[in-house]
Amino acid sequence: MAAAIRQPGWYRGAIGALLGAAFGFGLVVALRAISGLDVFQTEQTGYPHVIVPLITTPFGFLFGFGAFDYWFRWAAGKPTIPEDHSGHGATKWQDYFRFNTDHKVIGTQYVVTTLFFFLIGGLLALLMRAELAQPGDQIVAANTFNGLFSTHAVVMIFLFIIPVFAGLANYVLPLMIGAPDMAFPRLNALSFWLLPMAGIIFLASFLAPGGSFDAGWTGYAPLSTGAPLGQSFFNIGVQFAGASSIATALNFLVTIITMRAPGMNLWRMPLLVWANLSTSLLVVGATPFIAGAQFMVFFDRILGMNFFNFLEGGDVISYQHIFWFYSHPAVYIMMLPGFGIISEIISTHARKPVFGYRLMALALIGIVVLSYSVWAHHMFVAGMFSWLRVPIMITTMLIAVPTGIKVFSWLGTLFYGKIHTYSTAMLFALAFIITFTIGGISGVMLGMIPIDIHVSDTYFVVAHIHFVLFGGSVFTIFAGIYHWFPKMTGRMYDERLGRIHFWGTVIGTWCTFIPMHWIGMDGMPRRVADYATQYGDWNLVISISAFALGAAQLVFLYNMIVSWRFGPKAGDNPWRANSIEWLVSSPPPVFNFDEIPRVVGGPYEYGTPGARHAIMGGEDEGAEVPETKPSTVAAPS
Amino acid sequence: MTRLPILKMVLAVIVLGAIQSVVLLQFNWFGDAASTAAGPIDTLMDVTIVLSSFIFAVVCVALGYALIKWRAKPGDEGDGLPIHGNTRLEIVWTIIPVIIVLALAGYSWAVLDDIEKTDSDALHINAYAQQFTWTFGYPENGNKWSEGELHVPVDRQVIFDLQAQDVIHSFWVPEWRIKKDAVPGLKTDVVVTPDKEGTYWLICAELCGIGHTTMRARVVVESQADYDAWVKKQTAKVPELLLTTDQFKQEQLKKEEQSGGIEGSGVIEQ
Repeated sequence: MAAAIRQPGWYRGAIGALLGAAFGFGLVVALRAISGLDVFQTEQTGYPHVIVPLITTPFGFLFGFGAFDYWFRWAAGKPTIPEDHSGHGATKWQDYFRFNTDHKVIGTQYVVTTLFFFLIGGLLALLMRAELAQPGDQIVAANTFNGLFSTHAVVMIFLFIIPVFAGLANYVLPLMIGAPDMAFPRLNALSFWLLPMAGIIFLASFLAPGGSFDAGWTGYAPLSTGAPLGQSFFNIGVQFAGASSIATALNFLVTIITMRAPGMNLWRMPLLVWANLSTSLLVVGATPFIAGAQFMVFFDRILGMNFFNFLEGGDVISYQHIFWFYSHPAVYIMMLPGFGIISEIISTHARKPVFGYRLMALALIGIVVLSYSVWAHHMFVAGMFSWLRVPIMITTMLIAVPTGIKVFSWLGTLFYGKIHTYSTAMLFALAFIITFTIGGISGVMLGMIPIDIHVSDTYFVVAHIHFVLFGGSVFTIFAGIYHWFPKMTGRMYDERLGRIHFWGTVIGTWCTFIPMHWIGMDGMPRRVADYATQYGDWNLVISISAFALGAAQLVFLYNMIVSWRFGPKAGDNPWRANSIEWLVSSPPPVFNFDEIPRVVGGPYEYGTPGARHAIMGGEDEGAEVPETKPSTVAAPS
Repeated sequence: MTRLPILKMVLAVIVLGAIQSVVLLQFNWFGDAASTAAGPIDTLMDVTIVLSSFIFAVVCVALGYALIKWRAKPGDEGDGLPIHGNTRLEIVWTIIPVIIVLALAGYSWAVLDDIEKTDSDALHINAYAQQFTWTFGYPENGNKWSEGELHVPVDRQVIFDLQAQDVIHSFWVPEWRIKKDAVPGLKTDVVVTPDKEGTYWLICAELCGIGHTTMRARVVVESQADYDAWVKKQTAKVPELLLTTDQFKQEQLKKEEQSGGIEGSGVIEQ
């Protein structure tokens, strides 16, 4: 037992958490007692004896769990444990529940954890839809309702969409570029374990006096600076999620820049790699802004600072500028990895090279650059200086151009291909093109100031974000999970159940979110627990569809769990794909490759006889392999 | 390689786009209109709907054609044609969207200038927002005050000077098509010319706390004569507290303008 407690792991983690909590609590109590203040300060924006332990407990757990052991030993000048790789890879299920440094284990941990939070976020949404099924107050009180939509958004954004992409890329990206792991495996593991900390903090806010944070996920000041204790949980939780996100992005950047296999030049990188390169550039540049915005609100709340206190010279609108300077790029953080996934899947299942590969890569970079210049389109009616509106409208509408290039290029990829639709992954990819186009079109409408003046803060906006985030991002996530499921588990999922899930999700998405456009344009504001009776019928339709959509996800869950355990063996390359992750076994060996592969051509050379993307170590030993030149057939114009 | 039936596809796009446009234009999406801003905004929306219908039709026809024509037969293990791209086509589908969005942006800008034009004889009314009620001051009528009910004359431009007491609220009358946040510590205003008598709802559109859902006020648009009679009948005056903070802000603003600072208002004064 004593040895178990000294070893990094759950026992030591629990003790660390307790010590962390005791330290934080003791520090506050002691300092306040010494200063002659009330030991417990319970103004609604105060509660230091809750907030400080909220920060110290996760760190205590992470210390105990072993997240910092190696670095501390190194920093203290102690002999570090030689690389015995005992913390690397998984041979039994328990290995997924420890501080594991293998990118494939971390990828799986990410995907499973984020899917868990997807369910939680979905249940919160269904509670809201139950309340909204009929006009009037039935199920939850108004303040609970505000807490529900705020937590729903925060869980879905920070604990599902952003990290699930990090998880999928964690698994496949090092394999795709022929790297044995990520550049910083320990940092990678820490990034993952920060995530459940954020999730627990967000959900624990429901236990706080005054309920969970209820100022919306946007947390506009001064509503948030004066809100009950739960708001501080959001301020703190976001720091953990944001730190996780930034560390992962740095890891991706270094991995992509320095660890590509020989021969993998920039123009031979699969588009998923390009997409994660672009996303990481956005995360590294933009995420500090939301961290800053939430720290400022936090300091206003508990330290009495006046960043956003208008009575003391604070500037209320500056919160929105800082917040959206992250949160608009964030929608591309939630979309670009999905673009990468769709490019891989469409090319593979249409048996054709991605149409206009270079322009596809450049369009990603174009979106990165433009997305830093559009934040204020969330503020057309916010009362900001009026001159900023028209320039922001123009950049906002221009960002539709690189996005359009991507849609047209996916369509171009399908032309003259051999389109296989037996895979659920491909079905989701095709449906994505249509639903995302609708979300893109309503986005352009919202970018036009006169239209935005009428529909901002209405259900039209709710419809738009769900069409791009559910019909867009979540469809690509499903596509990605189905596509790489055989690689990650070595087993095949059930395509029949996949189809049921697919049709349930597509029809559910359309019936849930299309009518929201209509009632929004007609005058139903967002973030309301009750509404005018004239919207009752459509809200009932929306609620019923939302429950159907939720039920379809249970089919997905069942399919994944049962197939992971009992599915038929998948083989190494069930989709006959070209990129490197399909050239290793399923699931891949611990260090991915016995010998680093050599890249000799583009990633999508379908249809060119004899063309190869990569040559694995061990095959063609010593033989001279000619570099593959893409043979190009001009498309008819 | 078979040539594409370009003509047939273009025809299909035109037919599908036209059907979508016609169907979508049947509906009165934005609801009843009751201000001079509604006309240009609704027309802008209609133009956007028609353009969007054709763009959506392009995507649908292309996807549908590809799926019908190039769906792999079961057991076909072959590959598609190794087409890597077509520079001319890629330039075309970059340039055309640029032209479309810039044209729409220009059109939007023109509409925006149009609906925010201010008249010199506009009526000024103060709208005070606080959790969770609206109150209104009528500075041109001896600072008369009304709670939860706003009266305005028809066919005369009104400039609402918005003032928030606690958190951000948003002034929205759907039938007027206009919206502007009331921001604590900042002067914001919104211009509207109601052109239809009737009773409407002013809705708070920005989440402002527990009572956000119920933060509404009745808006009565009536003839100038009825309006004058109504104002005369009112006895309540704007509380001193609201007035002083308002005047304080006006002075701040004047100082700011004199020192060349940026005007915090959402409306360009003309």
